[in-house]
Amino acid sequence: MSRFTTLCHKELLRFFKVGFQTVAAPVLTALLYLVIFGHALEGRLEVYAGLRYSAFLVPGLVMMSVLQNAFANSSSSLIQSKITGNVVFVLLSPISYAEFFAAYVVAAIVRGLVVGAGVLAVTVWFVDLRLEAPLWTFAFALLGAALLGSLGLVAAVVSDKIDQVAAFQNFAVVPLTFLSGVFYSIHTLPPFWQRLSHANPFFYMVDGFRYGFFGASDFPPAASLAIVFASLLAVSSATLLLLRSGYKLRY
Amino acid sequence: MLGPNGAGKTTLINIIAGLARADSGATRVMGADVRSDYRRARRMLGVVPQELVFDPFFTVRETLRLQSGYYGLRRNDAWIDEVMHHLDLTAKADANMRSLSGGMKRRVLVAQALVHKPPVIVLDEPTAGVDVELRQGLWQFVRRMNRDGHSIVLTTHYLEEAETHCSRIAMLKAGRIVALDTTRDLLGSFSGLELRLHIDRAALPPGMPGQVVAADGGEFRVRLANYLELEEALVGLRQAGVAIREMEVHPPDLEEVFLRLTGKAS
Repeated sequence: MSRFTTLCHKELLRFFKVGFQTVAAPVLTALLYLVIFGHALEGRLEVYAGLRYSAFLVPGLVMMSVLQNAFANSSSSLIQSKITGNVVFVLLSPISYAEFFAAYVVAAIVRGLVVGAGVLAVTVWFVDLRLEAPLWTFAFALLGAALLGSLGLVAAVVSDKIDQVAAFQNFAVVPLTFLSGVFYSIHTLPPFWQRLSHANPFFYMVDGFRYGFFGASDFPPAASLAIVFASLLAVSSATLLLLRSGYKLRY
Repeated sequence: MLGPNGAGKTTLINIIAGLARADSGATRVMGADVRSDYRRARRMLGVVPQELVFDPFFTVRETLRLQSGYYGLRRNDAWIDEVMHHLDLTAKADANMRSLSGGMKRRVLVAQALVHKPPVIVLDEPTAGVDVELRQGLWQFVRRMNRDGHSIVLTTHYLEEAETHCSRIAMLKAGRIVALDTTRDLLGSFSGLELRLHIDRAALPPGMPGQVVAADGGEFRVRLANYLELEEALVGLRQAGVAIREMEVHPPDLEEVFLRLTGKAS
């Protein structure tokens, strides 16, 4: 095995070994969202003509799970390794910072996609859903998971304690995903909040992901993809620079 | 590397291992610069960290396989089995790291440092908190590695360990190497002998060689430079008709060298 595949393999083993907590738990959470919000709002909201609210909700929940779990994977894995000190085994080895980055991000993508697929597999029975343009869906899921995996690395590198990572998750990732239009179309918002939503990169990920299902979205999907791609480039470049500097990893 | 706590032993090791970056200067492991040629330098080096760190998700064998993979080693099971055998880990090969005792975890750390057969092995305080049995086994194994051609770098603040196991000693104090020599020369050049005498009178005869460091009634402690001075001292005592009740000669002692080099007095 090459160095990169080993580290990647280790990261995957890590979350599969605790799959009940890393895969089953977020799937259950998403299912609860669907049951509760679907029940409460079914028939009261019609986002796109002829589309039931719960069918609208499912792709949003899937993408939210993809994003949050990609972030959770890289951030919790690295912060745990930092706190228990076992990150030293990787730091002592000839693994480069780029291999390190790639391994954590690939594992985060896999976790995000596995959980997303799980959420879809469980929720799809409750609604009438078709994948109109699966490639769009896949592209947004992939880029979004990579972006959040990379952000998770940043959060874990700069944090010294688990609660700092949790704060990152609770005060940045969760609000940005909730306000990205998972539960509503931003067209139902007042103009000010609509404009603000356009400054939220998560909006483009969720909106573009949803386009793959319905062939309809709030924003042109190609433009969304470009924005998500540019954000990914910016965040991963920053992450790579951070890792190269050895900040809080190599003193 | 011998030095009191805070002398900089672990910092120096971290610089060699690439875990810390030196403010100035260059560090090379067998010719490979730890910054510009880090891949080669790290392959040359196996480090056993001081802290008892482990990954709770894996078994002993998984841990060693992963560690091999970090060095790009694909099929390493034969060597992993051999290392586990010599460190008495075979029975625990499939046990989760979490379930191991402290001593066992320490052995796994040693095994992890050896998966890539590094020519240089660094042990950072390897016997801290380790029981006697493991300590013996560990030293036996380390000696074997040394005989097989591996260089062993050891940090310790146990003087005995350095004296028994090391052929060269660097003494550190406040971030500086205050002495670096073979163990024998270090002991020879610094310490000399100490002669402890109990004689039948309250004063030593005049003209005795050496330096009296303690006197209490008929008991004296005299520091001598070498065995020649010891002979002269005995001749002097005999010629003065002094009766020796008890006599001990203490060979050079690393503790004394250590205290003189690192103690507050120096």
